[in-house]
Amino acid sequence: MEAIQRHRGVVYPLNRTNVDTDQIIPKQFLKRIERTGFGQYLFYHWRFDDDGELRKNFNLNDKRYEDASIVVAGENFGCGSSREHAPWALLDFGFRVIIAPSFADIFYNNALKNGIIVIQVKEELVNQWLKKAERGELILDVDLEKQQIMDRGMVYPFQIPEYHKQKLINGWDDIALTLQHEEKIARYEKSMQ
Amino acid sequence: MATAKTIIEKIWEQHIVHQEAGKPDLLYIDLHLIHEVTSPQAFEGLRLNNRKVRRPDLTYATMDHNVPTKNREEIRDAISRKQMETLRRNCKENHISLADMFHPDQGIVHVIGPELGLTQPGKTIVCGDSHTSTHGAFGALAFGIGTSEVEHVLATQTIWQEKPKTLNVHVEGDLGPGVTAKDLILAIIAKFGVRFGTGYVIEYTGEAIRNLSMEGRMTVCNMSIEAGARAGLISPDEKTVDYLRGKVHVPEGEAFNEQAQQWLALATDEGAVYDHYVNIRGDEVEPQVTWGTNPSMCVPVNGSTPSLEETDYPEDVERALQYMGLSEKQPISSIHIDHVFIGSCTNSRLSDLQKAAFVVKGRKVHPEVRAIVVPGSFSTKLQAEKLGIDKIFQEAGFEWRDAGCSMCLAMNDDVVPPGGRCASTSNRNFEGRQGNGARTHLVSPEMAAIAAIEGRFVDVRNYASTKVSS
Repeated sequence: MEAIQRHRGVVYPLNRTNVDTDQIIPKQFLKRIERTGFGQYLFYHWRFDDDGELRKNFNLNDKRYEDASIVVAGENFGCGSSREHAPWALLDFGFRVIIAPSFADIFYNNALKNGIIVIQVKEELVNQWLKKAERGELILDVDLEKQQIMDRGMVYPFQIPEYHKQKLINGWDDIALTLQHEEKIARYEKSMQ
Repeated sequence: MATAKTIIEKIWEQHIVHQEAGKPDLLYIDLHLIHEVTSPQAFEGLRLNNRKVRRPDLTYATMDHNVPTKNREEIRDAISRKQMETLRRNCKENHISLADMFHPDQGIVHVIGPELGLTQPGKTIVCGDSHTSTHGAFGALAFGIGTSEVEHVLATQTIWQEKPKTLNVHVEGDLGPGVTAKDLILAIIAKFGVRFGTGYVIEYTGEAIRNLSMEGRMTVCNMSIEAGARAGLISPDEKTVDYLRGKVHVPEGEAFNEQAQQWLALATDEGAVYDHYVNIRGDEVEPQVTWGTNPSMCVPVNGSTPSLEETDYPEDVERALQYMGLSEKQPISSIHIDHVFIGSCTNSRLSDLQKAAFVVKGRKVHPEVRAIVVPGSFSTKLQAEKLGIDKIFQEAGFEWRDAGCSMCLAMNDDVVPPGGRCASTSNRNFEGRQGNGARTHLVSPEMAAIAAIEGRFVDVRNYASTKVSS
């Protein structure tokens, strides 16, 4: 996992609630056996029509968001299927930060494991940023170390469990960390026999 | 006297390998189920880091998501074939038991776990699939994980987990005739929404839950994730014990009786406290039909789609109605369907098929409807065939298929075409779930069976004076 301490980028406003992982990456693209190459299929049926042409009425196709790397979305982002292909697709497409009022539990974990910063903020703030990003360009500066988001002069603090924060900042390999407790795992197994 | 505990706390405490302040707990995993779609990248990760599968004996694999449900010998899609071959190779290299496409134990991972007795009370069970919550019906703590976590469990047989909050969903009063476990869980999600369970493990309690069969309990726990909860469970009782007796992977004789006593002791203690409580009346639940694009967009069969003026979420409702090709305040009984799918980890077990067959017997599928039945496992299929259930469906005009996830997520060839409308016993009515542009209405097996005959939704309770069992 690539370490990430700070990220500054253009916001893509996805003004929908309950964005499920079937929308993030439809099932016909889950057949690959690699972790890479899923970006082209991100939000596939929202981005493309039945003939494979870009849909003009879906805002991710708008040139303004071409360089966007931060998603701001409505409540319960990432609900549904546990497919990790969803964060793989978001990351591969170029998104490093997702901000929403709430996230589905499995998606939240999956995103963190891939070095995506997932930030929960109040709905009012999300709505404010959605509007701003829809009207013109919104650039946010996310500082994970200080746990704050900068919108021009304004500073908004956010909460993230210290444990997740340290893993993101250091890009730690989870399995290597766990294997430091190998002795305890072995002891547990012995006690269960 | 020791503090009263919920079953969730008891299982949690028994599985802590390592605990330290400011971190999640490191939990031991008793059973890791894997399938072809979410495991290849995990095995690849192990290989790249030169790591081994720690406990192949606690890992069990099957093929379900992507398998054809007919003409199995020939998988035309090269990428699908590669995914199956990859699982076969990974299991062989790592000495993991695999029920592959042609194995008599093959089936949907959440159907075969219980059938084989791999699923047991008190176990921690994970799988790279969100419907792993199904196994909670046995009083196991079972939840879906992502592929990175699959890799972690393969390598360490443990997982880092924040201790979840506990939520008690209490169902007072029994379900009426013709009202099923599926209607109950849909009614719960319709009442409390698709995120009321986020951050919680649900325990279902109450008269209606106790009276459900083990298969009904699996249906309820299965859809916990549609309420946002990673896991949902039910304290074990005599029904749980009876179901497991004689299964392949449980002990025999006196050892079984001892084991059963330990299982029963896991049940939530009298007076245990949950972090949150919700209640619903079981006797007020009616047969349900979803009208929209998430499972909470659901009304009783005699109801109508919402009015845009009266809803709190007009934008969501409008978008959903538009996708579904419905108008506001449209009666459910006026919706005509052209596909019926009876199957999925929610409703593909023997009793589901029996109940649907009971309705279908002696009738014919509507001429404008294509209806398929996909048993949850090869073993379920065989049992059903012994009872002649396959004949009842086929004589009525249903297709009778081999086991797999099939049209629930339409990864294989079982796809609803664009604009098609399906009465489905599965668990998700998301946009495009059953095929690009496909429209899904979630219902019970009985309601799906009637929809196949009538070409529209009809209340199972007054269906042509058929006596339908509850």
